[in-house]
Amino acid sequence: MANQIRRIERRAIALEGNDIDTDRIIPARFLKCVTFEGLGAWAFADDRTALAGCHPFDQDHHQGAGLLVVNRNFGCGSSREHAPQSLGRWGIQALIGESFAEIFSGNCLALGLPCCTTDSETISALQRAVAANPAADYHLDVEALTITGPGGSWPLTMPAAAHRMLTSGQWDVTGQLTARDAALRSTATRLPYLTGFTC
Amino acid sequence: MPRVKRGADNPRMSAATLYDKIWDLHRVTELPGGQTQLFIGLHLIHEVTSPQAFAMLDEQGLSVRHPERTVATVDHIVPTTSQVRPFADPLAEQMLSTLEGNCARHGIMLHGIGSGHQGIVHVIAPELGLTQPGMTIACGDSHTSTHGAYGAIAFGIGTSQVRDVLASQSLAMGKLRVRRIRLEGERQQGVFAKDVILHVIRRLGVKGGVGYAYEFAGSCIDAMSMEERMTLCNMAIEGGARCGYVNPDQTTFDDLRGRPGAPSGEAWDRAVTWWRSLASGRDAQFDDEVVFDAAAIAPTITWGITPGQGIGIDEAIPLASDLPAEDRPLAEQAYTYMNLQPGVPIAGTRVDVCFIGSCTNGQLSDLRDAAAVARGRHVAPGIKAFVVPGSEQVAMAAEAAGLDAVFRQAGFEWRQPGCSMCLAMNPDRLEGRQISASSSNRNFKGRQGSASGRTLLMSPAMVAAAAIEGAVTDVRSLLR
Ligand code: SF4
Repeated sequence: MANQIRRIERRAIALEGNDIDTDRIIPARFLKCVTFEGLGAWAFADDRTALAGCHPFDQDHHQGAGLLVVNRNFGCGSSREHAPQSLGRWGIQALIGESFAEIFSGNCLALGLPCCTTDSETISALQRAVAANPAADYHLDVEALTITGPGGSWPLTMPAAAHRMLTSGQWDVTGQLTARDAALRSTATRLPYLTGFTC
Repeated sequence: MPRVKRGADNPRMSAATLYDKIWDLHRVTELPGGQTQLFIGLHLIHEVTSPQAFAMLDEQGLSVRHPERTVATVDHIVPTTSQVRPFADPLAEQMLSTLEGNCARHGIMLHGIGSGHQGIVHVIAPELGLTQPGMTIACGDSHTSTHGAYGAIAFGIGTSQVRDVLASQSLAMGKLRVRRIRLEGERQQGVFAKDVILHVIRRLGVKGGVGYAYEFAGSCIDAMSMEERMTLCNMAIEGGARCGYVNPDQTTFDDLRGRPGAPSGEAWDRAVTWWRSLASGRDAQFDDEVVFDAAAIAPTITWGITPGQGIGIDEAIPLASDLPAEDRPLAEQAYTYMNLQPGVPIAGTRVDVCFIGSCTNGQLSDLRDAAAVARGRHVAPGIKAFVVPGSEQVAMAAEAAGLDAVFRQAGFEWRQPGCSMCLAMNPDRLEGRQISASSSNRNFKGRQGSASGRTLLMSPAMVAAAAIEGAVTDVRSLLR
């Protein structure tokens, strides 16, 4: 199936810091748009301005990278899908972190962006390895849940449902949801507030 | 056949939580990926997260399955000084006209400016009686958890999911665990629902709720008004929970009766019977339980850059050495960003801007609480203070009660409804390094529109107190 996400082989970026919220990933003023196109340019806009060219997303050796290694509670805050959209459009194809905010990882899943997790020691080791060798490709095996590159190979985890959906190509659920017409109808008929509270 | 029988007479269900019962009732099917397809009873949309969803729908040749279960308003981008069309900001104007076009094309009710029911989406839906116990509710906005105050299960969703709900009136979801948060005892005077939830988040952390629905219970919650319960559930999301709720009770029913969307006549009685039966059973099994003494909660305020970095008004900014090791790096970042010194009392911190409003604290009772502090006093020199009602209805009720005059006389600006300075998608924003006392819900770096702007979260009464004194103040000293 074309949508199956099994292996990603790309350079990686280590982005350190806990609780990086969606306002930082894409500040609210960039939500004034009626399409997601062009959002890639504004990923981490304010952090990048504050760091005057030193943010990883601005560094030459990170251009074209596809894996983002983050710390704890990444993507907390607003439900804006603009956040994963901007990362995806910048070029990120998967995230590896200690933990992700739930709405954020759900939004990533809907876009086919794996969010893999592991413990903080492993993340630190991976971030050190990536920082030491930013030119190297890392091999993210989504199926086996490992990441391998210079410096080692590390095991990862992912909630079972997300793992199954990504590797089987069933992460884009719209078609599945709309297909179940009869089941949707029968659910509606047993909801008291849709039937004058008679059922 | 309903999987959940109505009435408390079904002993099988006594071990179920409200979350379990609503989940079970709305379960459509299990999806091949392992998630559950969940029917969504009410879908709320607004101008920021819906345009791309409608565009995806068009691209995929899909239509809106239940336009009559979809309700729209405009809140994030509306200016609060003049709402005359076209807006001065062409991008804001484009977003509103896109929403108008999409609603007209798909037959969706839009509560637009001047309709009498425009306002922040989480204020208008309860106001219209659209939010009811037992529903599943979704909206492309994380603070959708607010609606849980009515005993609904309400989720904030992303734009692709907005598309899914438009197309199928359902969502793919995984089941959550339920943590009961019991708040027992009576609050001190001057301690509001905002203080309670800031305290809970302070104790359980901003990711403490990941994987959970939060059920708020206990005598303190029983005594709360619906608006207070909304404040509480609104910020459940800031504690990492996917949703928050309060079991429906007489307070809920009294609030709903007579609202435009609420049932009437015999249907009302049937509805109340069903709503009562939804509350978590006496023997309900929770995955976790935490108990707080409500009487021990002080007015609470954030000093840092996440809603979990809160302290009591009589405390000092914590020293890194007093914090758990894992919280120290963030505290160090916060000291620098906020330019606040560890060990220094938070009371007395000078502020520049005072903002009363947002879906957390833009209700009539919030404005009343703030007006009680502002009445007969005046905003300190050099402070910009403004009040933004949560909806046109709130504005009208406040004006009828003369609250606008109280605020104006005290030197506050009285604005038109919208999200305003909760986030910076409209002209209301911090400038440069300004520091705000804010009744909103997020103190993230840059949240209020300036990349270096700073936010102190607190209750609306505390914001009013800060405006009067020009600095962070214990509101209890002004209430005596
Ligand atoms: S008031 Fe703030 S948090 Fe609430 S819906 Fe508007 S922007 Fe979101």
